[in-house]
Amino acid sequence: MTQLALVIDLNTCVGCHACVTSCKEWNTSGEAGPMADKNPYGADPTGNFFNRVQTFEAGSFPKTETIHFPKSCLHCEEPPCVPVCPTGASYKRPEDGIVLIDYDICIGCEYCAWACPYGAREFDEKEKVMKKCTLCVDRIYDEDLPELLRKPACVLACPTSARIFGDIHDPESEASIAITLSNGYQLMPEWGTQAANHYLPRRKVNIKVHEEDLMRSLNPLDEEDRSQRLPTSSTTLDDSAASW
Amino acid sequence: MKPAISVILLTTLIGVAQGLFLAYYSAELLSLLLILPNQELAGTGPAGVISVLLLVGGLIASFFHLGHPERAWRAATMWRTSWLSREVIALPITMGLIFIYSGLKLIENHQVIFNLGNGSQIELATVVGFFAMFAVFALFICTAMIYSCLKFLQEWHSPLTVLNFVLMGCASGFVLASALAAFYDPQIFGYISSAAIALSVAALASRYASLMRNKNLRPQSTLQTAIGIHHPNIRQIAQGAMGGSYNTRAFIHAYGPSVVQFSRRFFLIAGFMVPVLLLAISNQSPILICTLAFLIQYVGLLAERWYFFIEAKHPQNLYYQMIS
Repeated sequence: MTQLALVIDLNTCVGCHACVTSCKEWNTSGEAGPMADKNPYGADPTGNFFNRVQTFEAGSFPKTETIHFPKSCLHCEEPPCVPVCPTGASYKRPEDGIVLIDYDICIGCEYCAWACPYGAREFDEKEKVMKKCTLCVDRIYDEDLPELLRKPACVLACPTSARIFGDIHDPESEASIAITLSNGYQLMPEWGTQAANHYLPRRKVNIKVHEEDLMRSLNPLDEEDRSQRLPTSSTTLDDSAASW
Repeated sequence: MKPAISVILLTTLIGVAQGLFLAYYSAELLSLLLILPNQELAGTGPAGVISVLLLVGGLIASFFHLGHPERAWRAATMWRTSWLSREVIALPITMGLIFIYSGLKLIENHQVIFNLGNGSQIELATVVGFFAMFAVFALFICTAMIYSCLKFLQEWHSPLTVLNFVLMGCASGFVLASALAAFYDPQIFGYISSAAIALSVAALASRYASLMRNKNLRPQSTLQTAIGIHHPNIRQIAQGAMGGSYNTRAFIHAYGPSVVQFSRRFFLIAGFMVPVLLLAISNQSPILICTLAFLIQYVGLLAERWYFFIEAKHPQNLYYQMIS
């Protein structure tokens, strides 16, 4: 069974928000209609986003680390938002594990948002339905696009390749390999949601630097230097060769 | 959680309606069992009508909660998994059965279905009422389970939530029924008002127990599990949006601790203590005092339901601690 998901590398994310803006751009111009904005150019701009980058700081000054943390729907394998939906508008696709909302059936009761511990769902104030990340379902299967572009907009936008898209049930996929090799983890494992999206932890990179790496032990320039410092009276190999 | 006014009205209004029906129907059952004097109760019909009107009022209030009320019928489809869907089915069934029951009482239909051993006659209305009683309890459970089934809303995820909804609905319904009984059927006033006192005291005990439980609740989700960074000292420095978002508007309330504390004291006093005291001294002019007791209790229960939302801390709030 396929379970498409994102694997987000917190070690490489630089918090540039390119995934946020490209997500908004793609999804607001799609078939499902625009994502509502309120005061987009006013004092308190607000609107729907399927993806947001948040920033956290760990440690105390001066020993701190900044963690940029992109957050979108995690497409849980046991999504708590789906069984509570009274209309069946929220559903999990059996073929690829994407959790979707049918905007034509949703009654906008917001119960699914209460039932999501991650706050991944956002109510569209204009269309009066619940919305959330679709994993760019209208893009990843689009055969009019070249195969390289059949990925979620956020993945394509990421300049540091911090976002990997793939089938986490396929052990050979890039996403699965990244999870296995870099200890990918799920958010809030305590609720048994089995979030499909994984995060790769911050990793300490230690490189042993030897002195020889910085200073060549057999530096010909060094030799030259030394030869100039030699007393003029002594002969060198060159001198003796020239005397022949 | 941020209180949703339409949901507060829905749950409190249908609670009163259900309790009111149970009050009069229980009096009817007790009189059939000859525990209460066996005679026709004049208030049964009017009580049923008021109960149906309150259920309709609750239903109308609930529509204001929906983004697409015209699609509300679809909410009955997922009853296999969703308590909300089950409530959407139980509510009209309850409404319909109480409507038929009170209609039969009002048109004075006395069709006897069978006789009890003690000589009481079971009429058609009583049989309909019997099914309505089950529908009422099913509705109570569906309504409460909507909240109680959400396991990460730890303040709600408890059997006490179900008990609270049942007891508070019954208490408020019985208090309203005591006002009606004082007007229509003084012979059962003693039973209804003492049951109203007992239910209000029981509701107070159960609600207080859940307050104590929630006070000592340890949140299972922390910032560490929310972002998976296991450092004891983490703080948010940006939530990704400056002008707020649905997440900040729908889940985070801006009421200070003094408002929260006041509302808790207010609902404990107005929702339970004052009505009990008023009912206890209602021998002089019971109609007036019981009506007053009901109105005060209803306002108190509105505050209680408001506090019920404020009390619940959604784990998603962990991601929305600091704007920037």
